[in-house]
Amino acid sequence: MKVGFWRSAVIIARRDLRVEMRSGEAVSVVFPFAVVATWAAPLATDASPALLRDLAAPVYWLILLLFGMMIVFRQTALETSTHRRVLALTGLDPAARFAGRAAASALILTPVAGALVVPVIVLYDYRPPSGSWLMAPVIALAATGLAMLGALAGDATSGMRARTALAPLLMAPLATPLLMGASQALESLISERSIISWVLVLVIANLGLAAAGVISARALEEIAL
Amino acid sequence: MTRPQAARPSSTPAPLVELVDLSVSLSGVPVLKGCHLTLHRGESLGVAGPNGAGKSTLLATVAAFIPPGEGSGEVLGARLGTNQTLAIRSRIGWSGHIPALYPDLTLGENLAMTAQLTGHPAAEGLSALDKVGLGAAKNIRAERCSNGMRRRADLARLLIGRPHLVLLDEPDAGLDRDAALIIGHLIRRTTSRGGGVLCVSHDADRLGAWVDRVVEIREGRMA
Repeated sequence: MKVGFWRSAVIIARRDLRVEMRSGEAVSVVFPFAVVATWAAPLATDASPALLRDLAAPVYWLILLLFGMMIVFRQTALETSTHRRVLALTGLDPAARFAGRAAASALILTPVAGALVVPVIVLYDYRPPSGSWLMAPVIALAATGLAMLGALAGDATSGMRARTALAPLLMAPLATPLLMGASQALESLISERSIISWVLVLVIANLGLAAAGVISARALEEIAL
Repeated sequence: MTRPQAARPSSTPAPLVELVDLSVSLSGVPVLKGCHLTLHRGESLGVAGPNGAGKSTLLATVAAFIPPGEGSGEVLGARLGTNQTLAIRSRIGWSGHIPALYPDLTLGENLAMTAQLTGHPAAEGLSALDKVGLGAAKNIRAERCSNGMRRRADLARLLIGRPHLVLLDEPDAGLDRDAALIIGHLIRRTTSRGGGVLCVSHDADRLGAWVDRVVEIREGRMA
């Protein structure tokens, strides 16, 4: 009996979320590590309050990219080649697997990205501009894009020996539109301009990643098997 | 080495698996060389050979995980190395060297997920666990189970649905004598309804106890 695309995606997402709930790696390991990294950056500067405030946003996006990659790659590492073979034999649509895995990563990464704002505000004495709540969907879109990119890069490097080095190398440059859209949305907010155009950049980047993930899923799976 | 094929039907329209002069290379290294193999409906076939003989590659090729290099092969009517194999994957059950369980999920969750992905109710996964004697262990995480329990749960996966072709790779590894009876049950269950079983092991005697006939493979060639 053939299981539909969305039903399959939900089953895969539920599996990944359940595993994260049990292992708690994103919350108990990666997030504290990211906070420590956020705290370490001021130590490398002269720590003048003005400089720290200027550094706050770039450091946040950089930390989000690096530790976001850790979270999404952790998710893709759940599946060994044996798991992938067994999943393929269930008749699971590889595109549904991509969708489910990306959705789970996004659901894990978005709250982590939101929580990371707090140490940045505290440690960098950052004063968020008015209308900062508008950054919530921006952060969610950036996190969702990173999650899809991670799922895509994880699949593309599946089974490779140099996977742990290769996947971030593949992902970091492709994350440029996401980081640019998110950081420029914040800059627009600071200078009291509309953020719509940058939100649009994020939406388009997300749609592009979703399309790339769905279209390439079958071919990447066949290579990985 | 070869036992009489008492259970094999004499007039079968098309074999479940037919490999003709099939060769497979992995990373440029020839692993299977000119293999011929036929598996009929209702038949179980064992392939015995030492480590590195190509047994696992043979199963992976039949499962359509690896495309053949030379020669030809048909599995459940689909030609190997073509897109036809995508349609038959859900009719194949495969158990590899390592149990395909997620360590952070319970045995019940692992089996329920497989059942749901194959379009069956989650309860069928739990019922399969019962059949291999692990009903009471359904709430134990796979990482906390013994290797034998994990192997049994992996075999239970093959009891979900009705795979037409079951591929077993060293299925008794890590199983005690009683648990190994499950393999015999699984093989009989599959062949009795017209399916086929291909089982590989380094132990020809052990295979002989389960399957209709045993063939040998050495250095990628079948005897």
